[in-house]
Amino acid sequence: MPVTRGFLGRRRGHEGRLPPGQYDTGAGWPVLTAEATPVVDTASWSLSVDGLVERPTTWSWDEIHQLPASTYVGDIHCVTAWSKFDVTFKGVSVDELLDAAGPLPDAAYVMVHSSTGYTTNLPLSDLVDGKAWVVWEYDGKPLSRQHGGPARLLVPHLYFWKSAKWVSRLELMAHDRPGFWERNGYHDRGDPWLEQRYQGD
Amino acid sequence: MSESIDDVRALETTWTTGRIIEKDHPTPTTVRLRMHVEDRRRHRPGQHYLIRLRAPDDYTAQRSYSIASDEDDPLVEFLIERLPDGEVSEFLADVAEVGDVLEMRGPIGRWFTWDTTTPALCLVGGTGVVPAVAMARAARRLGRSSLLRVVAVGRSPEELAYAEELARAGATLAWTRTDTGERPAGPPTVDELTPLLTGTELAFVCGSARFAAFAEGLLLDCGVQPGAIRVERFGPSG
Ligand SMILES: Cc1cc2nc3c(=O)[nH]c(=O)nc-3n(C[C@H](O)[C@H](O)[C@H](O)COP(=O)(O)OP(=O)(O)OC[C@H]3O[C@@H](n4cnc5c(N)ncnc54)[C@H](O)[C@@H]3O)c2cc1C
Repeated sequence: MPVTRGFLGRRRGHEGRLPPGQYDTGAGWPVLTAEATPVVDTASWSLSVDGLVERPTTWSWDEIHQLPASTYVGDIHCVTAWSKFDVTFKGVSVDELLDAAGPLPDAAYVMVHSSTGYTTNLPLSDLVDGKAWVVWEYDGKPLSRQHGGPARLLVPHLYFWKSAKWVSRLELMAHDRPGFWERNGYHDRGDPWLEQRYQGD
Repeated sequence: MSESIDDVRALETTWTTGRIIEKDHPTPTTVRLRMHVEDRRRHRPGQHYLIRLRAPDDYTAQRSYSIASDEDDPLVEFLIERLPDGEVSEFLADVAEVGDVLEMRGPIGRWFTWDTTTPALCLVGGTGVVPAVAMARAARRLGRSSLLRVVAVGRSPEELAYAEELARAGATLAWTRTDTGERPAGPPTVDELTPLLTGTELAFVCGSARFAAFAEGLLLDCGVQPGAIRVERFGPSG
């Protein structure tokens, strides 16, 4: 591909920490959403794990807070090319939720659903072993509505569209099925280090 | 009936190149690029391209830019706001010249698009007018201008690109900082928007994160169902 005449590039540094094509957004945290930002109150909020599981389970806001809390400190990467370093989220590990629901042996993929109707698909292997969380705190404060509050999924090793805002349901499946952005041309897995942004990458 | 968030299809795209054929500055803080794109694909109004800049050492920077042009335009048109210290927008505004070749990928996005048949309203602000311009141009070509209503919000007539074209097409223009005599300065109100929503099934909101939050709230106040609102946010954020 051609070198762009006169372009030297500015947002450098952090080599080894920025996946290819990403830049450090610094203190900013861009908001990208396809839909109107919903108002989800914690009184009616719930999260379900169902599909190919032994015990379909639903937690209320109070019940999910009874589970052992867990914190993520690290970086996040958005497909629109910003990365954000050293963010802190608090919530519960997806491992805890799966332990309660008991995935069946043929469960290999997960469709994540938001209360808005948004969906995103992941291999189950990307959600286990401490790689994913359902979070409700950012930087020590309740997660704001525009960033998916009261609770969102967090899968920091993949592009951030996988970290569904306003998460309401994890549906375990035997076969993969594309979610919302995946049907809109985005990659099925979305590994930032492999630059899996769009279909065909 | 318009499609739901659950049934839009994917389309593969790959990187290609585009040459800048025309460049101008419609307002003091924006640049318009009209480009010839190699192996160009058809687009729907509302879609965007990625533009990628490459330094001699292979460092790259890429950003998304909405398409302003209509399908039948031989060139693909972009309008980019020059953000102070913005890596890509400053380059495109200040350094890029006619004849330069840039890496491009698109069109991308199947959700924030108008199917040209569903009655819809665009509530857009600042550089967020770009997809509304593409939608209005498609509507005019197809003789379906009555299906699309555009409400464009800017600080003043001098600061909103495409203001005259949109006004000629029947858009409602609202200035937040300019009192026109007919309309006091300020954002659009429920009273202004409500009659324009009659018969529409979809609302497109595009602009900064702050504008989008305002616009969503206004539409909900007008009784629009959340599921009928599609949003695209541009630019810097907090
Ligand atoms: C789907 C989509 C469509 C879009 N369409 C358009 C369009 O039609 N027109 C348009 O103008 N824009 C559009 N955008 C926005 C566009 O993609 C870019 O975000 C925008 O041009 C800014 O990019 P930039 O490289 O100039 O600025 P960036 O370098 O990304 O910086 C953005 C701002 O943050 C500040 N900043 C960033 N990093 C740092 C840092 N490390 N330290 C200090 N400050 C920093 C800069 O000062 C700047 O003001 C669209 C975005 C999306 C997602």
